[in-house]
Amino acid sequence: MTEPAVNRPALIEPSLRQAHQRARRHESGRALLLVIPLLAFLLLTFIVPTGGLLARSLINDELPGAMPQLSTVLQRWDGQGMPPAEGYPALASELRSAADANELGSVARRLNFYRAEMRSLIFKTARNLPEQADDWRQTLIGIDPRWDEVEIWQLLKRAAHSPTPDYLLTALDARIAPQGGLETLPAEQSIYVPALARTIWISALVSVICLVLGYPVAWLLANLPERQSNRLMLLVIVPFWTSLLVRTTAWYVLLQPNGVINTLLTSLGLVSQPLSLVFNRVGVLIGMTHIMLPFMILAIYSVMKGISPVYLRAARSLGAHPAIAFLRVYLPQSLPGVGAGSFLVFVLSLGYYITPALLGGAGDEMISQLIAMQTNQQLNWGLAGALSLYLVLFTTFFYFVFNRLVGIDRLRFG
Amino acid sequence: MRLALLQRRMCAFTLVLAAPLIAPLAAPATAQAAELSVVTFGGAFEAAVKQAYFDPFTQETGTNFRLEAYDGGLARLAAMVQAGNPTWDLVDMESNDALAACEEGLLQPLDTAEMGDLSDFIPGAVGDCAIATMVWSTIFAYDQSLLTEGPTTLADFFDIEQFPGKRGMRRNPKVAMEWALIADGVPPREVYSLLATEEGMNRAFAKLDTIKSEIIWWEAGAQPPQLLADGAVVMTQAYNGRILDAAKQEGKPFEIVWDAQVYDYEWWGIPMGARNAETAERFIAYASQPEVLARLPRYIAYAPPREKAIELVDPELLADLPTAPENFTNALQLDSNFWIDHFDTINTRFQVWLAQQ
Repeated sequence: MTEPAVNRPALIEPSLRQAHQRARRHESGRALLLVIPLLAFLLLTFIVPTGGLLARSLINDELPGAMPQLSTVLQRWDGQGMPPAEGYPALASELRSAADANELGSVARRLNFYRAEMRSLIFKTARNLPEQADDWRQTLIGIDPRWDEVEIWQLLKRAAHSPTPDYLLTALDARIAPQGGLETLPAEQSIYVPALARTIWISALVSVICLVLGYPVAWLLANLPERQSNRLMLLVIVPFWTSLLVRTTAWYVLLQPNGVINTLLTSLGLVSQPLSLVFNRVGVLIGMTHIMLPFMILAIYSVMKGISPVYLRAARSLGAHPAIAFLRVYLPQSLPGVGAGSFLVFVLSLGYYITPALLGGAGDEMISQLIAMQTNQQLNWGLAGALSLYLVLFTTFFYFVFNRLVGIDRLRFG
Repeated sequence: MRLALLQRRMCAFTLVLAAPLIAPLAAPATAQAAELSVVTFGGAFEAAVKQAYFDPFTQETGTNFRLEAYDGGLARLAAMVQAGNPTWDLVDMESNDALAACEEGLLQPLDTAEMGDLSDFIPGAVGDCAIATMVWSTIFAYDQSLLTEGPTTLADFFDIEQFPGKRGMRRNPKVAMEWALIADGVPPREVYSLLATEEGMNRAFAKLDTIKSEIIWWEAGAQPPQLLADGAVVMTQAYNGRILDAAKQEGKPFEIVWDAQVYDYEWWGIPMGARNAETAERFIAYASQPEVLARLPRYIAYAPPREKAIELVDPELLADLPTAPENFTNALQLDSNFWIDHFDTINTRFQVWLAQQ
């Protein structure tokens, strides 16, 4: 029998090869058409808004936008001694115009970010401004003596600069010192770096616990007879389909001091005092592990399903101890699943929010909770953007590390 | 538990990102004048407001209401207004939000001159862009079946020797700081001036330190009655209406301690550029009439913010309201201006303090 000609490229007529390539191009072009709606959707609802929020971490247009004249004056001022004389009338006239345009609120909020009381100073001054004045400097100082402080004007000068590194620094618990140069905040004022470290630590712990609990389950699912494994699979899948909130609340009911678990333990006489299982790190880890476990199990299972039992049998028939055969033959083959599962669990855990809020205690606040607070309560979208940026950067960094170690092409799921 | 709130917060976060894009798409071609889109704090309060204000207004004018709940905050409002197309017509707001929203141009100025004589409103209850609709209060409550000799003063809340057991508190420096100082002997009127200083903050944190190990922190207003019912805490900070609602609706033996209650107003505001702003303004005028305001305490224990309405409230209900004279001992009004200025500074320290074990 002769071999089919396609396996011998040299024998293919050049024109035939071109036609083949043309056909392939045509096909992939049509395939691209099918993806366009998804790409457009992602671009519009995900990439553009996310990019916009991240860009806010650098933009500082409140003061320059509402008070352009004052901003120009301040940008020219070197920040030493008192500001130039034209700064005072500019401040007065633009305080009024910004108040009329409803822009004073955002300017005041921006300044309050540097120093509490700036907001009330701005509003107090705007309320008490006279129509006319001969000497605006004296008038302003008359309204509030703080207008005679160099520091207040230096803060205004900082707010007049856009882009600003302020949010990015604050998100790292650092700031530009009043004398210039960087300084890190003392420990009693640092919240974001510890929160980020805590987030990474909790996510790593959850990944490890999920791996330890999930690996044997996945092995069982992959190696049991079909009927039994299907039934067991339901136990993994049903929680996976259940709402995250329902599961979190269920844990709250189970773990609370008078909850099912503690009542059971005390009535069995195993403990005399109810264990504190909730409103602390234990509660967070239990809740998050339960929610993340199906991701780990399914990722490992899908890889294990493809491992032929023949290799293990071969190893044992050649005299390997079952443990050795498992460690040297089976485990390495299942590693892509372990990598994929750990990656998924870790990355999903980084953004966790509801479970630590409900089951956690005082010291379990994760970075997403702080981002949500800045977004929803404080309306400081610049700081929220900066915090998100670091979270995105860290996730990307972790992705590359993972890709280097395991290879993203080996990530399989389901 | 109103856990859905947390979910909504997550939605809010997504919305902030997507609002500028979604809002124009979601805008219908023609505005429907006969429907008002209203956002409230949901739960027991929404149910009460519906019976007291919305249903009667629908009967009188034929205007329907589309209700939505949120958990406070300005993020969604700001996103909508900045996108130039708010889908809300009327928002129920806390003081600091209403104040900040007004300053930032997120709320429409109100024409209060059209609403008749408003001089009997409690001082400060009529703002430039919002008008108060009730007085609510942060109090603490305990379960009588657990503590027969219950606490009577705020100092008892901080006394873990005489009243051992867990305490529920909101995971927020607001009220916690004020209470710490009052329990430490500071008269309510001096609380805020002291809190603005480093020394005052140190003193408040030192006082909170004494009960820190016993505190269970909550976030949503529906949680504290649940914590109390579950026996997870012996006493908890809470909103007065929620506790009374649990006591009345579910027959829980909850008792409110009114000492050093921190009260605040709740406001109606109209988003800048709202499509049905005129109808919304008509509704606010309607819902600010004394006879309408006087209906609310029938459904939830929050007090009307004007004298004439209080006179019309059923005397039996008056005793449960935050403003009843016997409840008003040592009462402190939450200073929204103070908190807008100082929240960031104090909250940073509060978060660090929380994380220290």
